Amino acid sequence: MSRRAFPALDLRAGRVDLSHGAGGRAMAQLIGQLFHPAFDNEWLRRGNDQAAFDVDGGRMVMTTDGYVISPLFFPGGDIGSLAVHGTINDIAMAGASPRYLSASFILEEGFPLAQLERIVRSMGDAARAAGTAVVTGDTKVVERGKADGVFICTTGIGVVPRGIEISVERVRPGDQIILSGSLGDHGVAVMSRRHDLQFETDMVSDSAPLHELVRDIVAAGGPAVHAMRDPTRGGLAATLNEIAQQAGAGMRIREAAIPVKTAVAAACELLGLDPLYVANEGKLVAFVSKAAAAGVLGAMRSHPLGQDAAIIGEVVPDAQRFVQMTTDFGGERMVDWLAGEQLPRIC
Amino acid sequence: MKHALEYRDGRLARQLAARIAAETTGDCAGYRFMEFCGGHTHAISRYGLEDLLPPPVRLIHGPGCPVCVLPVARIDTAIRLAERNGITLCTYGDLMRVPGSRGVSLLRAKAGGADVRMIYSALDAIAIARAEPQRQVVLFAIGFETTTPPTALAVRLAVERGLKNFTVFCNHVLTPAAIQNILESPDLREFGRVRLDGFIGPAHVSTVIGSEPYAFFAEEFAKPVVIAGFEPLDVLQAVLMLIRQVNEGRHEVENEYGRAVRLEGNEGAKRDVAEVFELRKTFEWRGLGQVPYSALRLKGRYGEFDAERRFALSDAPAREVPGCQCGAVLRGVKTPLECRLFGSVCTPETPMGSCMVSPEGACSAYWTYKRFRAMAARETAA
Repeated sequence: MSRRAFPALDLRAGRVDLSHGAGGRAMAQLIGQLFHPAFDNEWLRRGNDQAAFDVDGGRMVMTTDGYVISPLFFPGGDIGSLAVHGTINDIAMAGASPRYLSASFILEEGFPLAQLERIVRSMGDAARAAGTAVVTGDTKVVERGKADGVFICTTGIGVVPRGIEISVERVRPGDQIILSGSLGDHGVAVMSRRHDLQFETDMVSDSAPLHELVRDIVAAGGPAVHAMRDPTRGGLAATLNEIAQQAGAGMRIREAAIPVKTAVAAACELLGLDPLYVANEGKLVAFVSKAAAAGVLGAMRSHPLGQDAAIIGEVVPDAQRFVQMTTDFGGERMVDWLAGEQLPRIC
Repeated sequence: MKHALEYRDGRLARQLAARIAAETTGDCAGYRFMEFCGGHTHAISRYGLEDLLPPPVRLIHGPGCPVCVLPVARIDTAIRLAERNGITLCTYGDLMRVPGSRGVSLLRAKAGGADVRMIYSALDAIAIARAEPQRQVVLFAIGFETTTPPTALAVRLAVERGLKNFTVFCNHVLTPAAIQNILESPDLREFGRVRLDGFIGPAHVSTVIGSEPYAFFAEEFAKPVVIAGFEPLDVLQAVLMLIRQVNEGRHEVENEYGRAVRLEGNEGAKRDVAEVFELRKTFEWRGLGQVPYSALRLKGRYGEFDAERRFALSDAPAREVPGCQCGAVLRGVKTPLECRLFGSVCTPETPMGSCMVSPEGACSAYWTYKRFRAMAARETAA
């Protein structure tokens, strides 16, 4: 069945309607004219309900993630590029190289096709730039009011080279905590476009695929790289607390060593937020044994996505599994999990 | 931002700390200062300021946290209102998680179908009222003198636009009345459970009311007051200024926050508030009980915008969670660590009292920033 069997979609003024998810002609039209051109690759072109591919030696890594961000477009990215980068990064944190992605779309009735096309193109571009491909997908449409424009779920598959074992249970006291760059860029860029918060900032999201930075880290540190994680929702604070819990150890970090851009610090000041809790989409924290830390730090700094990398603290023995921070000011405090959502101050 | 960072300079902090240590005379135990505001409590905990102060200096947390002092009965009234058909209750975020007397919070009520919306500014509520004329939109207004002018502005906008579906559930309270209540409390006067040697005065509140209202306490109760900003160096500098007053036997109002606070405050904001609000004869505060002339309500001529009048609201008797020590914590009689619920059943995820909810609450500040000390202290005690 050729794409030409259907009339052209109105990508300028058209909108998603319930028929686009109903499995009929309109859905085939949407897939053929919008999704396939954006993602184009040999697996999709075969037109099966699944993709079959060979995987070379090593262990496979699989992850999945849902994207429900508001607003859909923000400085430095959109829900499409984010859905690719986020999933690639979850794969990369195991030291794996990402290979294949799936994309599942939940569309709200009435969503403009022009915006959908922009999102899907951005997604295709992001996947290609990272050397991956969206090889299978799904589309559903729900009634107006039952979703917020577009929700996207992506699943990713990657491969870890033999001999690499990067996992949180390898974190131990003495490990150095290396952060790849400044905190909070993504969260502040997104918040600046929330309709209820709008403020002026020149911040752009740090949304980026981290697998090449990870490759350099692993090349420099080898088995000395114990664990990696990308501090997304909940920020660095959530990530460090998660790992402290899972590894059964405490952490001590130094506020003065943590890079935060002035614009982010200023926006957080204005909104009463703490950059430690603000989301990132192009940063990672690596736990590396002390002897190898300087080498890994050097490798990170030579990569464009890690040029502001810094050793921000170390893992310590602590039965309570607390994350503690020496403040810029010289005092000690805890860095706790976030309770609820981080909210602007009211007084 | 550069301006703010200047007040967080660790090197200057160490210099100030050294001066504080040098000027506290070891034999004098008279350096127990109450920081009235939750903003100060938060800064003290967040920057670990107590690590920089010598042992004779003790900071006692006061009741200046708007979410914390709101009594359970008012939360209950707000929840009952939100559960009515056709009502949209607009509230600031922190309030959503404060448990009412049935253990139900606005967050739970929302999940159960009540139309509760989180807003960032009083004007958001006006925008909702304009966009949804079929809803009765109620602004759940709380806060000290800092948040009162925006509520006054919202009421005046509602008048100008002839909004018939906007009202205010007014819970605005006044700082000077609360300070006076603490100074006159039996805890201080009869039982000697708390000794206070001075106050770190409010930052943002004072930008509105000025430094003049504190003169009465300084004089009448012979307690020094130093108004301080919310940055950590502000707090350290204020502590040093209080120590000097104590050492010299002075009890004056001094203004460390001169970059924002004037003697007379913000005349325009005070005028707006006076136009819209009048004093209540009495108002219940969590922890302090009924405090005379300590809160505001809408004046009669703005009565149609008063949710209590339009919806004939009255507060029902309410009770705190048994064992919750928020009241004693707010009066400075107990620290959060002296509450048996702290950290066992009461955490920020499952708050039993308001002081664990707001980031400005003492329990939340202890839990979030100082828990490691709490655990060490409990282990030593056990």
